[in-house]
Amino acid sequence: MTRVTDRVTRWGVVVFPGSNCDKDALDAVGRILGQQARAIWHRTQQLDDLDVVLLPGGFSHGDYLRAGAIARFAPVMDKVIDFARNGGLVIGICNGFQVLTETGLLPGALMRNAGLRFICREVSLRVERNDTFFTRRYRDRQVINIPIAHNEGSFYLPPDQLQELEANRQVVFRYCDADGNATPEANPNGSLNNIAGIINREGNVLGMMPHPERRTDPILGVPDGAGVFRSIINSITGNRLESVTPGRFGR
Amino acid sequence: MRARVSVRLKPAILDPQGKTVLHALQQLGYNEVNSVRIGKLIELELNSSDADSAKTQVEELSRKLLTNPLMETFDIELVDDEGD
Repeated sequence: MTRVTDRVTRWGVVVFPGSNCDKDALDAVGRILGQQARAIWHRTQQLDDLDVVLLPGGFSHGDYLRAGAIARFAPVMDKVIDFARNGGLVIGICNGFQVLTETGLLPGALMRNAGLRFICREVSLRVERNDTFFTRRYRDRQVINIPIAHNEGSFYLPPDQLQELEANRQVVFRYCDADGNATPEANPNGSLNNIAGIINREGNVLGMMPHPERRTDPILGVPDGAGVFRSIINSITGNRLESVTPGRFGR
Repeated sequence: MRARVSVRLKPAILDPQGKTVLHALQQLGYNEVNSVRIGKLIELELNSSDADSAKTQVEELSRKLLTNPLMETFDIELVDDEGD
């Protein structure tokens, strides 16, 4: 594998009708972190030479039927599924996470918040593992603060599958209190096991309800979210932890 | 031909909306109501007069798009409006 340091990574941010965090994601990755980031219209069927696909937050297709259900069948999604199956890095944030569960790239479903209210506020998250492409820039068990903004964020999986998810260490972020305890009081939306973000078994697809792109520009507060994007950049450019660099990189 | 797809949350799934409505009904004095579950009713009009093929198709699209099998179940009712 070729070691490519300081290479600028190429990001595609998919824009569905009703996406509304696409510009924030492009700004975080492009302007703040200096990467090549471009918008990808949902009808596009070309991902070209992307290193990362980002499915942003918002209300794709008005959240009609179920959040993410209609976006899942956008023409671009077949390509995103192929991209993921070939080992490409895919991150879904908020509505993007909902789309990923609808495609089956990630297990589970995101249901109406237990309190029946749209919640928009900062939450504390515990980084459950820092040996993933998405979290290697965090400390293990680090507590970070980033906002959530959703109405359907209650993570659900049937009990047997939930057990499997935990056993496979696929939970990456958990809602917690300021001291890092994943208590029922720290769970904003009724998610099972306080789950806020998960990866697939292969480790190249991440879904999370909280919004790291809203805590990437230091002007907006402590940039606790930047670690997600910096981790991805490191994973691609191979600056650190080369042994876990995903298969498709370095080509 | 028309089809009605009734979508229900699976019994194991919490329904906070249903629970809220239950509380409201009990506050109104309807104490005989002890559970409320809220689902969806989706009505389709089909260019088909063959009930069997219509049913097959509606089943397929219900599984593919209208419902999420992880948390929902559905029933299909076909309504032949030839006689209308």
